[in-house]
Amino acid sequence: MNKLVRMEARLFLRDPAAVIFGILLTPLILVILGSIPGFRQADPALGGNRVIDLYVPILIAMALGMIALNMLPAQLVTYRERGVLRRLSVTPARPRDLLAAQLLVHLVLMALGTVVLLALGRLAFGVALPADLVAFTVALVLSAAALFGIGLLVAAAVPGVKTAQGIGSVLFFPILFFGGLWVPREVMPSGLRHVSDATPLGAGVQAMSDAAAGHWPQPLHLAVLAAYVLLTWVLAVRLFRW
Amino acid sequence: MTVIEVTDLTKRYGDRTVVDGVSFTVAEGEIFGILGRNGAGKTTTVECVSGLRRPDGGTVRVLGLDPHRDADRDGLRRVLGVQLQEAALPERLRVAEALDLFASFYPNPADPRALLADLGLAEVRDTAYGKLSGGQKQRLSIALALVGSPRIAILDELTTGLDPQARRDTWALIEQVRARGVTIVLVTHFMDEARRLCDRIAVIHDGRVAAVDTPDGLVARVAAGQRVYFRTPAAVDEAALAALPGVDAVAHEGGELAVAGRDVLLAVVTELARQGITPTELRVEQAGLEDAFIALTGATA
Repeated sequence: MNKLVRMEARLFLRDPAAVIFGILLTPLILVILGSIPGFRQADPALGGNRVIDLYVPILIAMALGMIALNMLPAQLVTYRERGVLRRLSVTPARPRDLLAAQLLVHLVLMALGTVVLLALGRLAFGVALPADLVAFTVALVLSAAALFGIGLLVAAAVPGVKTAQGIGSVLFFPILFFGGLWVPREVMPSGLRHVSDATPLGAGVQAMSDAAAGHWPQPLHLAVLAAYVLLTWVLAVRLFRW
Repeated sequence: MTVIEVTDLTKRYGDRTVVDGVSFTVAEGEIFGILGRNGAGKTTTVECVSGLRRPDGGTVRVLGLDPHRDADRDGLRRVLGVQLQEAALPERLRVAEALDLFASFYPNPADPRALLADLGLAEVRDTAYGKLSGGQKQRLSIALALVGSPRIAILDELTTGLDPQARRDTWALIEQVRARGVTIVLVTHFMDEARRLCDRIAVIHDGRVAAVDTPDGLVARVAAGQRVYFRTPAAVDEAALAALPGVDAVAHEGGELAVAGRDVLLAVVTELARQGITPTELRVEQAGLEDAFIALTGATA
């Protein structure tokens, strides 16, 4: 198991696309947004927040979406398609150890990305660290579990790599849209925001923002996230074929 | 001692019965061949033995363990090395890393370095899997099947994709492995490979066992005849040849005349001399495993 995790980590670092999209892209976007002077000024329309303040949780969500919806399913489906899972299933190791190793590596990646974004936001642009760290961690972990669940479900239900990548991207954009990547939730029309409340990253970003501002996330958002976690994981475990 | 016992194995895909009542036993220390045409059910049979597929009927016991019982699963996989026909590794995984990783799965693995050397992979130890040639991938796949120091190794299409020298090297390696007491199940459609390596062979045809015997025993089952091949400068009275005692058939095969029968060489040459014809490129071939195989599985292909 140890060796499998190390192998996955090594393979990840050898894949330039994975390193760029998994690690470097979101901090880069944060730096670009932060270098626009207007985004560093408090805006009464945003409740006195600055644009850059809003974007830290949104970019954390974006990194999460890329890892969970694009990278994870593509990897797993590739392994199945190429016979790696079958090969492993005739050794004393089990394919589900490989699955666990994959999840672990992607989870660590996500955690690292989050720390980098928070630190960069704080050091470079004076974005306050989450006021309620416990609540923030809960919101982050729930969001991650929901998105990894969706990614696993894609990997479970889709036979080919190309299809998996396609479906991953098709899911990525609307989920990120409702998470506020293009139009932050604060400035969404209220009808749109209600729809957003029911999406995994709509609920996830709001829960993280609430925690960052120092209060416990709303029950609605936690419930939405929990529902996604439950539904996707149960289905993925049922449908997964080695 | 019997290490593998397959009884009445049946496997269906949809309404197609791919393996239909296959039974055989493999004794400890032997090289047991499973020979058959493409699609005969060889791979499905060994996949049931290695636990990859669940049989629809019959029983499989490997060292007394049932590959499909969860309680037996781990114990079996520690002593069983499997080479799969279609299995790849992650593209960016390097040869030595793959071998180390697989070695870590087993309680008493073989020395990965020695295996790399034995299989001629030492030079590519730091090469990524995706950059290996077909033959190198095949050899790595054999190494992975052996790295756990298995008591039984199941090798599916061992030398497919290897060049002639690499095939011979691989055969020598398999003989070394057997000399260490490992029982080997070899799936193949190559006659020369089966003849060279196998102690006993199960011929599988249309999902059934057509025969289980030693290579010589299989050959002896079809009348141990011979064929006399030659070319002639002028037309031959073929009817006279066919009428010779002991001759079964006379046929044209690619510009050559082939006379099949038993102990017919002298009679054929004498008859040709009587007709005033001097044969060229005269040669005699004894019936071999291929003839036995064709006789056992029917001429239709």
